[in-house]
Amino acid sequence: MANINDPLIPVIGVVTDIRIDTPDVKTFRVVTPDGKKAFEHKPGQCAMLSMPGVGEAMFSITSSPTNKEFMEFSIKKCGCVTQWLHQIEVGQQITIRGPYGHPFPVDTAFKGKDLLFIAGGIGLAPLRSVINYVRFYRENYGKVDIVYGSRSKDDLVDYKEIIDEWCNDEGINVHLTIDREQEGWDGHVGFVPNYVKELGFDTNKVAIICGPPIMIKFTLAGLTELGFDKTQVYTTMELRMKCGIGKCGRCNIGSKYVCKDGPVFRCDELDELPDEY
Amino acid sequence: MKKILKKNLQNLFAAISKETDLFLPVLNSAKNAEFKKWTEGTEYSEELNTVRSAKDFFFPQTENICDFKTSGKNIEIIENSELPENFAVFGVRACDLKSFEVLDNVFLSEPVDSFYKTRRENAVIFTMACNRPKETCFCHTFNINAADPKGDVECFEDETYVYLNPLTQKGKDLLNKVTSALEDETEEPVKKIKAEIEERLKNLPLYNLSAESFGSDKTEEFFNRKEWDELSEACLGCGTCTFVCPTCQCYDIKDFNTGHGVKRFRCWDSCMYSDFTKMSAGQPRTHQKERFRQRFMHKLVYYPTNNNGMFSCVGCGRCLKKCPISMNIVKVIKKLGGTANG
Repeated sequence: MANINDPLIPVIGVVTDIRIDTPDVKTFRVVTPDGKKAFEHKPGQCAMLSMPGVGEAMFSITSSPTNKEFMEFSIKKCGCVTQWLHQIEVGQQITIRGPYGHPFPVDTAFKGKDLLFIAGGIGLAPLRSVINYVRFYRENYGKVDIVYGSRSKDDLVDYKEIIDEWCNDEGINVHLTIDREQEGWDGHVGFVPNYVKELGFDTNKVAIICGPPIMIKFTLAGLTELGFDKTQVYTTMELRMKCGIGKCGRCNIGSKYVCKDGPVFRCDELDELPDEY
Repeated sequence: MKKILKKNLQNLFAAISKETDLFLPVLNSAKNAEFKKWTEGTEYSEELNTVRSAKDFFFPQTENICDFKTSGKNIEIIENSELPENFAVFGVRACDLKSFEVLDNVFLSEPVDSFYKTRRENAVIFTMACNRPKETCFCHTFNINAADPKGDVECFEDETYVYLNPLTQKGKDLLNKVTSALEDETEEPVKKIKAEIEERLKNLPLYNLSAESFGSDKTEEFFNRKEWDELSEACLGCGTCTFVCPTCQCYDIKDFNTGHGVKRFRCWDSCMYSDFTKMSAGQPRTHQKERFRQRFMHKLVYYPTNNNGMFSCVGCGRCLKKCPISMNIVKVIKKLGGTANG
């Protein structure tokens, strides 16, 4: 029998670095055994990572495509595959396949625009890819605002990059918030949707939201109050996936498959889907 | 057009088997028809439909997609596949043949599923017109003609003969190799058989069932209908309908640790199961109603939306026979599809 070259068959990846970001988030650096990137991707796309015998799961690619050396995945410990990933050591091999999904329109709808990124908790993972892409091609975009919140200071993912790099970039304003007062935190305290309304952005920009569903819902309502149209707001979704290529039948919302038609959706497109997510 | 005396069918099966593996409907010990590989003496069953559909030939219940060996921190991927080289299937009904087209739209769209594609390319399909369609048949609803079954070689039968009409190059090539078992015939006997079948089809109780009110872009119209509550109320979530359905194509990917390595399988799954969409982050379809609605919305609205109006049901009637609570797509179509269906 001839060799089958099937999209479901992965390649080997090696975890070459593990960064502890928060008590339940680690960022894994992945390359192929010969030290290269497994494949190229666009901001917002995902990859299937797996450990044979444990399971396979879909993760957003956290690193920017402009990183030519490796891919990074910021992963929160919450299910079988992520629990396993959280106990591995550097040098561990995993399997990887991708890239999957429809990316953020960084080279079309976002181009030349002021951008407002709004993230909650681990929701920064997919947006980090876009943010660093925009920072790399800085001249292609206008002013950038980043609103990022989490439960506590310790839950802000890769706080170091935010403080050392993003906060020092010209034309980028970073607005951090945490849910409750905490010793050693003199920044804003409060939930992301309220903070967005307090900051009161002008509507001449594109907004990109990612976070827990409840945060997305209230932030979208807040943006609408500020005068944003849904066609100016993008988000990225998460549903259970097995194939990543629109065939296994489980990540659909109405006739759309999140793995293939998403995960990135413009918010007016979501309105056309049945309320089942 | 070729023909063979029914009493000589074994000669044809033997001749085909010399060229390629041959599968055909056979009665099992429980008197249910299932597709089995022909060996000398295997009797062809004229039973209208096999219990399991013919989708198994291209999309088997479990498919070993690859194996892994792990040692320390290292993983080795072993590509492993036991795909059949070439094979022929005899006695596929028009509904099941249409189901291949429905599945093709899923598995052969980019990126192509190479397991499915290889099996499709390696198969020669002999269909069989339905002389005795049943009360549970409603293929006509989906513009399928049981008197005109198509395939690589379309076959018809009367009391005495089986008639064979090759339609594709694959079909012609195979028939040419077994031509010594066959006699020539004109179109006339088959014309008569077709006319008789068409007459019988018209008298079926579900002949006038119409799915016209469903189709592309009807999500808004049907998704929030209150009738879903009543329709789904007794659903046990057993998944039998999806397993006997020739068009249900949802699958899971599961690993099995053999003790010596890991085998990765692609296996049938069902949107009727509660863990189908369950994530560590939550469950978008919390009740059986939502899972039930998903299955029928997919067949009657979502699939047509993505495939130029084609429905993902072929009216084979298997779910009508097998559902333990007698719920089925016909009841859904009648309940939601408007007064035209009574």
